[in-house]
Amino acid sequence: MLRLEPRPEPSRVWSLGSPLLALLLTVVIGVLLFAALGKDPVRGLQVFFWEPIKSGYALGELTVKATPLLLIALGLAVCFRSNVWNIGAEGQYIIGAIVAGGVALLADKDTSRWIVLALLLAGTVGGMAWASVTALLRDRFNANEILVSLMLVYVAEQLLFYLVFGPWKDPGGYNFPQTRTFEAVTQVPRLMTGSRVSIGVLVALAGVAALWVFLFRTRAGFAQQVGGLAPAAARYAGFSSRKALWLALLVSGGTAGLAGALEVAGPLGQLTPHVPAGYGFAAIIVAFVGRLHPVGMVFSAILMSMFYIGGELAQSRLGLPKSLTGVFQGLLLFTLLACDTLIAYRVRFGRSRPASPAPASVMPAPGDTKGAA
Amino acid sequence: MTDLKKRSLLQVAALSAIAATALVACGKKEEPAPAPAPTAAPAAAPAEAPKAEPLKVAFAYIGPVGDGGWTFAHDNGRKAVEKEFGDKVVTSFVENVPESADAERVLRDMVGQGNKLVFGTTFGYMESMVKVAGDHKDVKFEHATGYKTADNLRTYDSRTYEGAYMAGVIAGAMTKTNTLGVVGSVPIPEVVRNINSFTLGAQSVNPKIKTKVVWVGKWFDPPNETAAATSLINGGADVLMQNTDSSAVLQTAEKMGKRAFGWDSDMTNYGPKAHLGSAVINWGPYYIKAVGDALEGKWTGNMQSWWGVKEGAIDMVSIAADVPEETKKKIDEVKAGLKDGSFVIWKGPIKDNAGKEVLAKDAVADDKFLGGINFYVQGVEGKVPGGEKK
Amino acid sequence: MESYALLLAATLNAGTVLALAALGLLINEKAGIVNLGAEGMMLCAALASFVAVVHSGSDVLGFLAGVGAAALLAAIFGVLVIWMNTNQYATGLALSLFGAGFSAFAGIGYVQEKLPERPHFAIPVLGDIPLLGPALFRQHPMVYLAIGFVIWLIWFLYRSRAGLVLRSVGESPESAHALGYHVRFIRLAAVVAGGALCGLAGAYLILVYTPLWVEGMVAGRGWIALALTTFATWRPARVLLGAYLFGGVTMLQFHLQGAGVDVATQFLTMLPYLATIVVLALISRNPTWIRVNMPASLGKPFHPGS
Repeated sequence: MLRLEPRPEPSRVWSLGSPLLALLLTVVIGVLLFAALGKDPVRGLQVFFWEPIKSGYALGELTVKATPLLLIALGLAVCFRSNVWNIGAEGQYIIGAIVAGGVALLADKDTSRWIVLALLLAGTVGGMAWASVTALLRDRFNANEILVSLMLVYVAEQLLFYLVFGPWKDPGGYNFPQTRTFEAVTQVPRLMTGSRVSIGVLVALAGVAALWVFLFRTRAGFAQQVGGLAPAAARYAGFSSRKALWLALLVSGGTAGLAGALEVAGPLGQLTPHVPAGYGFAAIIVAFVGRLHPVGMVFSAILMSMFYIGGELAQSRLGLPKSLTGVFQGLLLFTLLACDTLIAYRVRFGRSRPASPAPASVMPAPGDTKGAA
Repeated sequence: MTDLKKRSLLQVAALSAIAATALVACGKKEEPAPAPAPTAAPAAAPAEAPKAEPLKVAFAYIGPVGDGGWTFAHDNGRKAVEKEFGDKVVTSFVENVPESADAERVLRDMVGQGNKLVFGTTFGYMESMVKVAGDHKDVKFEHATGYKTADNLRTYDSRTYEGAYMAGVIAGAMTKTNTLGVVGSVPIPEVVRNINSFTLGAQSVNPKIKTKVVWVGKWFDPPNETAAATSLINGGADVLMQNTDSSAVLQTAEKMGKRAFGWDSDMTNYGPKAHLGSAVINWGPYYIKAVGDALEGKWTGNMQSWWGVKEGAIDMVSIAADVPEETKKKIDEVKAGLKDGSFVIWKGPIKDNAGKEVLAKDAVADDKFLGGINFYVQGVEGKVPGGEKK
Repeated sequence: MESYALLLAATLNAGTVLALAALGLLINEKAGIVNLGAEGMMLCAALASFVAVVHSGSDVLGFLAGVGAAALLAAIFGVLVIWMNTNQYATGLALSLFGAGFSAFAGIGYVQEKLPERPHFAIPVLGDIPLLGPALFRQHPMVYLAIGFVIWLIWFLYRSRAGLVLRSVGESPESAHALGYHVRFIRLAAVVAGGALCGLAGAYLILVYTPLWVEGMVAGRGWIALALTTFATWRPARVLLGAYLFGGVTMLQFHLQGAGVDVATQFLTMLPYLATIVVLALISRNPTWIRVNMPASLGKPFHPGS
């Protein structure tokens, strides 16, 4: 009889090993899937893990894909560590893109380059504003932030459609739903020619450093997390859970909005109905697989991007369907959650004995500070 | 995180990265050098040492090949090319390419794989195609339903409004309530033109009809297409048409005992009792011509092709048995007239539904006029969403 | 007038999907578990039932297949969350994401398939009453089953011993455990039953509402169903009414378009979601009310012996 026995303290080995084991399991299942579909598994692995990094151009594309994921995940990490479940990052991303797009539309050929800064800031503020709706409703009305933020995603999407089909439609665009292409001055500067990598990646890496400092070196960061892990203790220590809520949502809304702005002023160059790319949801996986740790999330963002790009390449090289990407991503999260058990529990054979209380898990248990879960 | 943890994290990460790369690099010997020979793409013709290097042609699809509608029709065109040219071409495709920044990457990859003729089958690839075409002047690009061209980029489209007109003729003859319904996808000129042509066709046999329109906002969204169709039927329409890509509207009509049409492809099977006819797009003729031109060195860019019944790109097929003989004859007359140029659908006098004349008596609309249609003709209820701001 | 009757009929049809899923989630939540994987379960169930009917022609098999698929996924979720104590929200999300990806992947060969002709239903005599007949009495049996189920569920939760046990597990698993009840197995049963209902909703969506498979066809209904349970303060009858309300708002959007109402369609499409937010805010405003109605252990992991 297999049994789970709580460990006296969380296992450090498994804290690091769990994501790797999860990845391994996902790869194994992937190999089985490839074989079942009649494709060469080694070639399949190659397409997913080698092709996306094999050339400078490929690495650039990987970075272009990973940057928004990482940015959003950084903000989500703050949220999840504080037990605030912001599922609506996608909506904040869209609003950030809209606001940045609006600023970009104001530009003409002769506008100064500073407009890039303006639109990035605008996007960030836009995302924060959208997230603050969720924060307000949770703060004042106790409304569950999961549901509110999620519903706001749909609302944001419709708002985007309204704008590109209506008031912001390109008058020279044959009535197609899109804004005009933004002037060249609004384009986020590229890091190097020949690649689509923009300074966004520098912003993301700066964000990684900033988050690390905030979480592990500042009192505010400490207060933020204690609120999530041990709310009663937080109250005793005088840390405000209300401040934590607002900070969490504003930060994650801001990073999501910034990601949206970078996409729109970068690879996209205009607003179209296709701005929502699912990054807000994929970033949730990035955050978890990265263990809500800034450095870990860099790796998981790269990994997720490999899944995306690999999935695309798998189509043209191997004739595999695009939905494989979604399968792998979901599978990765599932296996990660399962493997995480090993951090708090040991697997044992034999009969059960009276158990000692389980240790606090690495991630905050939901429901402890919840009003309306 | 403590220093100890950080170090071990980095160590483990580094080790696993090395291990993974080593594992995968072992299989690397299968990966050939920068100019790869065609790998096992599903649609590739077997390369058994052809005399001349076969032309590599790639297609980027917006939807899944099995959608039974838009992409399905394009893929049939691709298959026609394979059949026509045999081992002189090697075709491949990527489906579900979103109309976003990802499209650029897919197109560049196609070029990187050695394709010399690339087809992008939806409007939203336009900016990506312009960029990639600009960077690869030796590759030819064809963009469906777009309007930007270059020396190595040209556009093509089909006169779906001719199919819509013919559907209208049948609808006008078959309706008992004199109310027709259209489930619209996205309010762009092409779709508005189709709604108008449908109405004009119906009015040519039954001046009393009126057309109601409901917009789904997407090209492919069966549950909402169902709801939209239901609401049209509830509002009194007994013959439906759609400009969306699935058979949901036809199936809803079947369920509720009304009539409807197939669109893009033959949809008879999806609603045998409701089906009145299918306005199909046949991309084969155009694709064969384009590929043929490329093979013979006659391909030129900076062109916009718009093919219809005349060139064999549009047809009305599988007309239902209970459609009256005289209507079927009228359809044949329309087809013949379109083929030899003696019949023109958009010929004045035509008024919009606010009463303003948009086409004077006997004036024939040119392609530019048709390309910018932003109004509803008389007989259609409502206003074009986001349009009519002159 | 006729068109309003038909609008009502369409509302019942659309609302049933939401109702079935929301009722399943309600059962989960009464036992203290939040399952964010509704969307993924509904998608896999829809595909499973579609495949079953395509190959067997039997609607009954189709419904069973849908129920089975979702129940299986729910069981996996249950084991992870209840025995391995994984984070409920993350696990539910993983289920949704995986379900979406997997159903898209597995459904590729079925996108062009169609089902054998869908049967028509009408209650004899009642179905012929002018106006009311078409509005209320010509629905698929599942619509009436859903209503019947609500009545049964109210009895089960509030009048039966088993229901009392379920609720006590949700209110205070520690006490239930102390009393000797197998809290974990009861929770698992609730999760599987809830999953089965979500599966029923997915099967209904594809077999009755839109008999076509396309990836992502559940289109957010799973999330709306989740919102519904909170919105209805965890009471079955309110869940049913809320579901009809939402189904109605969705249909209303198209009805308004057809009637020539001059509002941008996107604002009409936003209506159901905005409505959810507004009601959520209003409902949650009173923390006492929430505390009285919400199962106290909702979302919290249970450790026997702690």
